[in-house]
Amino acid sequence: MPLLDIQNISIRFGGLTAVADFSLTMGDHDIYGLIGPNGAGKTTVFNMLTGVYTPTSGTMTFDGESIVGLKPYNITKKKIARTFQNIRLMKNLSVLDNVKISFIYQEKYGLTSAILRLPSFFHEEEDVQKKSLELLKVFHLDDKKDEMAANLPYGEQRRLEIARALATQPKLLLLDEPAAGMNPQETQELTELIRWIRKTFKISILLIEHDMRLVMSVCEKIVVLDYGKIIARGTPDEIKANPKVIEAYLGEEAAHA
Amino acid sequence: MSVSLTASLKKLGIFLAASVAVFVVFTLLISTGVINAYYKRILMTICINIILALSTNLIINFTGQLTLGHSAFMAIGAYAAAAISLKTGLPFVLSLIFGGLVAGLFGFLIGLPTLRLKGDYLAITTMGFCQIIVVAIQNIPQLGGAQGLPGIPGKTTFAWVFFCMILTILVLHNVVSSKQGRAMISVREDEIAAEAMGVNTTRYKVMAFTLGAFFAGLAGGLYAFLMMFIEPTTFNYFKSIDLVIYVVLGGAGNFAGCIASTSILTFLPEALRAFGDLRLVIYPLLLIIIMILRVKNIRVMRLVKMIGRHKGGKEGDSHAAA
Repeated sequence: MPLLDIQNISIRFGGLTAVADFSLTMGDHDIYGLIGPNGAGKTTVFNMLTGVYTPTSGTMTFDGESIVGLKPYNITKKKIARTFQNIRLMKNLSVLDNVKISFIYQEKYGLTSAILRLPSFFHEEEDVQKKSLELLKVFHLDDKKDEMAANLPYGEQRRLEIARALATQPKLLLLDEPAAGMNPQETQELTELIRWIRKTFKISILLIEHDMRLVMSVCEKIVVLDYGKIIARGTPDEIKANPKVIEAYLGEEAAHA
Repeated sequence: MSVSLTASLKKLGIFLAASVAVFVVFTLLISTGVINAYYKRILMTICINIILALSTNLIINFTGQLTLGHSAFMAIGAYAAAAISLKTGLPFVLSLIFGGLVAGLFGFLIGLPTLRLKGDYLAITTMGFCQIIVVAIQNIPQLGGAQGLPGIPGKTTFAWVFFCMILTILVLHNVVSSKQGRAMISVREDEIAAEAMGVNTTRYKVMAFTLGAFFAGLAGGLYAFLMMFIEPTTFNYFKSIDLVIYVVLGGAGNFAGCIASTSILTFLPEALRAFGDLRLVIYPLLLIIIMILRVKNIRVMRLVKMIGRHKGGKEGDSHAAA
């Protein structure tokens, strides 16, 4: 059984069909890429997957359960996590508190325990503190745990956003342009990071990215969107050689990259 | 934020010791007549306003929802507590709790639909709700209508308002430093990101609104049993605006700042009585000056300390909460 099974989802905004008949199946520990020109509908696919939009038609199954029509926070509980194209950290909160947000839904104690400070409060809060610090440590952010998120350099903000998404314990991680605004050095590190995340956390990753070097080196399969439709899918080599993709998106020189 | 039991107990101990000390000092001052009946009443009003301000603080500063109708919950609490006490002879404490619960219930019912709105839309809706409550009470003869509800027993004592204030500080402090508080703060910071991290934002907005309403209702009950007479117009949106001013001035999510600003701004109009009608000019002017200082990041707390150094200080309870 595939982990993620999307069949023919479409979404219309008024007269505009933003995404038409999008299908994708992903198994455990896959890394797939979603590419295409600006406005092709890549982020819209993410937004449908995470419950921000509900598809007008089609089915989406994750881990054997339909996720169509679920609210974003319920989709997170089904173990899908995401990052955002324009980083959406809680800028005025500390690095540590940003990660702790992701543990809220996993903590079980109620309002009464919080107000009366019952043992379950201390027990779970200490646990969350420990887990958050461990996660920050593997992302090399532990020495900045008390820093305000807004004060981190750009690359670290991206890293923190990924750490925060992983804190929700996902089985599928959606990365929306993780390399945007990064220099080649940082992109190189990100490439390593993505591979390492898959290996360490044993999860699947679907990423939207314009940096072809990253996409081609890290993704096992690539789906190309143009004007809301899938124009190609296949391995990086197949995509690089596909004349439709070259015409719509990559351009001639990329074929030789 | 500390999560360990020992650190938490130590903080609680310090806070309770400071509270008892402040209480003993004020009780002594009252019993020896240094604080006369007039100032005692102002002091009690300050305590009630602090409860109101902290409950508003939870909604506006922590959860980021601009409500301009919080005084409606005070009205509901005041009328519910007074009415049940007058009609059934329910004991004072139970009447207070009843007032809080009724207000909390209203907060829940109002919050569920209105909290889908954001920013100025929410502000206007809550303001409208406040006005509806005031007009509704004016047209319920059983509650005294526009003429007000007289004959409420004067059961509110300084000890009670002080106790309720400390209780409010403790409960709300525990809420904001728990996962529930973290969820509320995440709503304020970025609702979309919060939802993507698994936070049911509606649930926590409604929770903040309900809790805020409960404590506003509690304050309303205390107010009713203090004044012994309540009328609807006391609770119109001017009162709500006052609350917004207290919490904005107090600083974002800052308990101590909120308590200090509420104390000063409640006392100020009384202190300016000597100026006669001019106080209606001086008070707003002072507000403007304080706001400018705030914008320049000069905290009210620091101002209090400055004034305190000059006068020897009376702001005993303000630093206890942080």
